[in-house]
Amino acid sequence: METLASLGDGFAIALTWQNLMLALLGCFLGTVMGALPGLGPSNGVAILIPLAFTLGLGATPSLILLTSVYYGAMYGGRISSILLNIPGDEPAMMTCLDGHPMARKGLAGEALSLSGIASFVGAFLATWGLIVLAPQLVKIALLFGPAEYFALFALAFMTLGGVSSTNQAKSAFAAALGLGLATIGVDTQTGVPRFTFGEVHLYDGLDFLVAIVGLFALSEVFIFLEHRHGGSDAEGRKLNIGKLYPPMSMIKSCTPTMLRTSFLGFIAGVLPGAGASLGSFISYTMEKRLVDKENTFGTGDPRGVAAPEAGNNAAAGGALVPMLALGVPGSGTTAVLLAVLLALNITPGPLLFTQNPDVVWGLVAALFIANFMLLAMNIPMVGLFTRVLMIPSRILMPIVAMVSFVGIYGISGSTFDLLVMIGFGVMGWVLRKLDVPLVPIILGTLLGNAMENNLRRAVTIDNGNWWTLIDSPLSIGLWTIAVIGFVLPLIVGARVKARMHQRRDEEGAISD
Amino acid sequence: MSDRIFGVVGLLLAVGFAISALAIEESFLSDAVGPKAFPLIIAAILGLSSAIIALRPDAEPEWPALGRLVEVGAAVVVLILYAELLPVAGFVIATAFAATYLAWRLGSGPIECILVGIGTSLGIYVIFHLVLGLSLAKGPLGF
Repeated sequence: METLASLGDGFAIALTWQNLMLALLGCFLGTVMGALPGLGPSNGVAILIPLAFTLGLGATPSLILLTSVYYGAMYGGRISSILLNIPGDEPAMMTCLDGHPMARKGLAGEALSLSGIASFVGAFLATWGLIVLAPQLVKIALLFGPAEYFALFALAFMTLGGVSSTNQAKSAFAAALGLGLATIGVDTQTGVPRFTFGEVHLYDGLDFLVAIVGLFALSEVFIFLEHRHGGSDAEGRKLNIGKLYPPMSMIKSCTPTMLRTSFLGFIAGVLPGAGASLGSFISYTMEKRLVDKENTFGTGDPRGVAAPEAGNNAAAGGALVPMLALGVPGSGTTAVLLAVLLALNITPGPLLFTQNPDVVWGLVAALFIANFMLLAMNIPMVGLFTRVLMIPSRILMPIVAMVSFVGIYGISGSTFDLLVMIGFGVMGWVLRKLDVPLVPIILGTLLGNAMENNLRRAVTIDNGNWWTLIDSPLSIGLWTIAVIGFVLPLIVGARVKARMHQRRDEEGAISD
Repeated sequence: MSDRIFGVVGLLLAVGFAISALAIEESFLSDAVGPKAFPLIIAAILGLSSAIIALRPDAEPEWPALGRLVEVGAAVVVLILYAELLPVAGFVIATAFAATYLAWRLGSGPIECILVGIGTSLGIYVIFHLVLGLSLAKGPLGF
């Protein structure tokens, strides 16, 4: 009951003209970015963050704008999967499997609208899941002391490696690199400069927004330059959509699938380290095992379109749960959203729910509103977004690069930050070539200071006794999960991941 | 081979990181852990994972041909020049040149790339500066 009252307050916040317009803008931009191959949810949100700041938006409006982009990208990714057999972003990979065959059968319109409905169901149920689960998680999180938080951060990094890369050593490297970058600057506890090498610009530390935009957006530009991929993927093909509305019987037959995979995707999203890609992957595989009696999956079965779409949208909502309730994001895009909160001086975690309930509930209400907007945009207006696929990347990529520069320059106004961003762009390009995941780097730069502070607080409270880190049952439990999460993929994960990764190349590095 | 080189570079990075961590001057007012411990733990993880990468390399990634590497390198140089010249030349001029270059290298024809360059630059200027009021670099001409 209390929850519903808070939700009501949330709607009161979200239903202002400004917030509605921001949600609409976010949904539109998000769908476009999701639809364009090469611009995924994390890229899209990363490019827009600096703009949200420079516009002087408050915490709630910025979050509404950016989460609408996030949800929108999850919707948009399916468009090019279905029409071109090229996933618009990584979570939409599985949608290719049945979506494109459907389009070839002349059912493109049905596939698009069915997947739009599935996306809606997934995201809608996941938002309810967020409302129910997040406050419960907050109750547990309130029991956490510094030692438990340190263990929780370790858990986030160790489990992230299990899903985001085929090589655990490389994700450990990435996490350590990110954490190392976070230590640059004046030490918050003693005031001594660390790793600044006398450079005054480094005393404040590296701005994680600069790192994010460089690693995600600029490295994408370099990848396109390297392949001289200047055309549009849709060139020379006719994008025939045909009939737009699926028959009721098709929706009916897909309903159980959508409900099951929404649930599964949500769980996958909540788990640390697993993002929307994993959500759509396990949704598709489970549904294939469960209902594919006549071996129609892979040949244009509508259920094979509904399953991954409901799964990835539900996972996108689920991934918001640990980000909001614990302050530990589970996926690339939620890491970027965490950066937004941190930059706005809001620390997510249990206290967010008591200190800034307006932010939390305003956001939740905005998610509901965005969802309905997205449904409207993605079914009757889907033709508009298919046009976007015709934009060749030789025009798109210069715009992406320049908007990134404008955004970062708008925040700091310093050439130094632009140079650091270019450095991160080059680093991101090299690391993507080497199949090193970028998400742990981002997470490291974001959480590094909090992780170190909790470590030092815990040990200091116990007079320098390091064993205090594994002193309570709660922290022992967290460490156990962390170790299992790190070791298990080494044993059983290789097979699953090999199957999940076989359909992609450098996209994997920024997986969500 | 790439992974072996990468691992060795990572190891060197870890050693360098550890050495500079040890060189951090401690203040007389320090907590029980001090500013060195966490970086040293990180250096250990960095070194360990680099060693594993070097010893058990993955399959060789597809490196681009030399020409393509030069392409990426040239783009980096252009972007660095862009960053340096932004306050000197002003936003509109610098951005028009940088966007033109990128469009040209991605395969636009001569007329198209100039249109993309000028269009991007003016478009961003109008939307972000004139409409949204974002402060962009001002050159000698005031824009």
